[in-house]
Amino acid sequence: MSASSRTCRYLLYFANEHIEFKIAELKSLASLYNIKLDLHEACIDKKDPFLVVDLPSEDGAIQIMSRTLLVRSAYELWGQGKSHEEMYRNLAAFHTDRMAPYFSANTTFKIMVESFNKTITQKEKVQRIEELPQDILKFEGKVNLKNPVHIFTLMEYYGHVGTTPPDKPLAVYFGRWICDGQRDKISYFNLQKRHFIANTTMDPGLSLIMSNLARVKQNSLVFDPFVGTGSLLVSAAHHGAYIIGTDIDYLLLHAKSKPSRARQKKRASDESVQANFGQYRLESQYLDVLVADASCHKLWRPMIHFDAIITDPPYGIREGAKRVGKDAEDEEKSSLQDEFPKRIPRLRDYHLSDIFLDLLDFSAKHLQMHGRLVYWLPVDRLDYKEENLPSHPCLQLIANCEQVLNSKVSRRLITMEKVREFQENGGMTARVEVDHYQDATFRERYFRPTNLTNDEDN
Amino acid sequence: MKLITHNMLTSNIIKGVTKGYPLGIIPRKVEVKDVDYNPEFLARMIPNMDWSAVCKAAKDVGHDEGLPKEIAPNFTENDEFLKAAHHVLLEIDVVEGDLVCPETGRKFPVSNGVPNMLLKEEEA
Ligand SMILES: C[S@@+](CC[C@H](N)C(=O)[O-])C[C@H]1O[C@@H](n2cnc3c(N)ncnc32)[C@H](O)[C@@H]1O
Repeated sequence: MSASSRTCRYLLYFANEHIEFKIAELKSLASLYNIKLDLHEACIDKKDPFLVVDLPSEDGAIQIMSRTLLVRSAYELWGQGKSHEEMYRNLAAFHTDRMAPYFSANTTFKIMVESFNKTITQKEKVQRIEELPQDILKFEGKVNLKNPVHIFTLMEYYGHVGTTPPDKPLAVYFGRWICDGQRDKISYFNLQKRHFIANTTMDPGLSLIMSNLARVKQNSLVFDPFVGTGSLLVSAAHHGAYIIGTDIDYLLLHAKSKPSRARQKKRASDESVQANFGQYRLESQYLDVLVADASCHKLWRPMIHFDAIITDPPYGIREGAKRVGKDAEDEEKSSLQDEFPKRIPRLRDYHLSDIFLDLLDFSAKHLQMHGRLVYWLPVDRLDYKEENLPSHPCLQLIANCEQVLNSKVSRRLITMEKVREFQENGGMTARVEVDHYQDATFRERYFRPTNLTNDEDN
Repeated sequence: MKLITHNMLTSNIIKGVTKGYPLGIIPRKVEVKDVDYNPEFLARMIPNMDWSAVCKAAKDVGHDEGLPKEIAPNFTENDEFLKAAHHVLLEIDVVEGDLVCPETGRKFPVSNGVPNMLLKEEEA
């Protein structure tokens, strides 16, 4: 019946953050909802926050927006051009029947003006609105600035952030605002308010993006083999998943490790991974966390298949081992001696690339068909090449997005999908063409982003 | 530890063990918690459950009363069965106790609801 049942052009206005991830996230969400999306990726300028897409329906746009962290807002595109004049001409060619309902005298509306990479004054904004062609935009409804039924936006693009903006915009868009994405969840899941954190807790924006790349949905069963404080699984549960995690660090899972917040001497008695789910009323989706070595795949019955595996692997198994050695001197620890294995398997030499090969082998076996593995791979930026990526005959690479940490080091968010059934004895094992981590000093060169250090609370 | 998780775990991680399933449970403290009932999720999970292991675990923790011995044939539409499955799989929580390898008797302690499946180096 309505306009929403026809293919139409939509404008996605992306946030200027994690731009390397935006296309991968968009494609994952489109495939999650079975929405046809044709992108000419080679032509996409990631630094341009505006992207015009054809979608089968407005409902599709709304579904994508119900999950995206990287698209700020979606608009039904009414007109676009390289100048205001070209945009007006384009607007004149837009379906009048699609515009008509919004011109009704019985409705209320407002028009906004936004500019990217240039600040424009309120006066200029008013002027831009007055210049809009009134013979095309025949608004008859009342203007309501506080609480309009419909919002229209004129957007001007003045080039990449940090470049000198030209006098005239490089691109101009006019559209009807449909809805915003999920950027408000970044503050909702803010770590400063999180009950249980450690210095490796993932920031909420990135962990929600990971869950989007993994296509987590209602009733998914999701596993994090290196669960830590469960930050990735909180995001998955927010998207409707039931979650399980393992971690080798007994003290961490029992919230007996050193607190990560400055000014906190001891962890509260009720700190736990589970408490993080209770905090967001996601407790019903918390299944369990276990103290276990993720390299022991036989812990899981062969029948068990996860819909997604989302994880931030340790960048050196020995780091954890050191921590145990140090904590063993605490008196608090001695009460745990009985349960705490004195010699822990992780003390053996577990080569860094083996962690990733193990993870792929595990995923090939224990992912549901078309289930996804999403994980971080730390790399030396100068040495990194495609051949460093671990591969597996059952897993197809979907996305490989770089997050730069400093001039030398970055981490890559890898998304893989299970596309072939795993067969025992089928010679199906993970491999890597060129080992990126041969150089044992890699770990020393690598250090984590400092966004989660103790000054967090200040 | 919930019984849904118990149903997924084996002790085949121990060197030489091949029949490490299902793990026995020696409960010391078991709690029953309220979990939102979600028939769609249960209907997804039940086909992958080893139901005889569910029944045995329920018995080990003393919550097998009224539990169907088999998966109902039309379980996705059988609300009574799904509710029983919901209770046993998701609401019963082993807070303190041991999981026991059926082949070797090796115990894995559960404390604060968290099983410890770590092995000593010579066991792995
Ligand atoms: C980068 S952290 C993950 C942090 C997690 N995303 C969070 O929200 O806190 C890696 C974790 O892997 C754990 N780990 C190290 N070796 C392991 C192993 N062999 N098996 C399971 N977990 C391991 C560490 O104890 C650490 O908590």
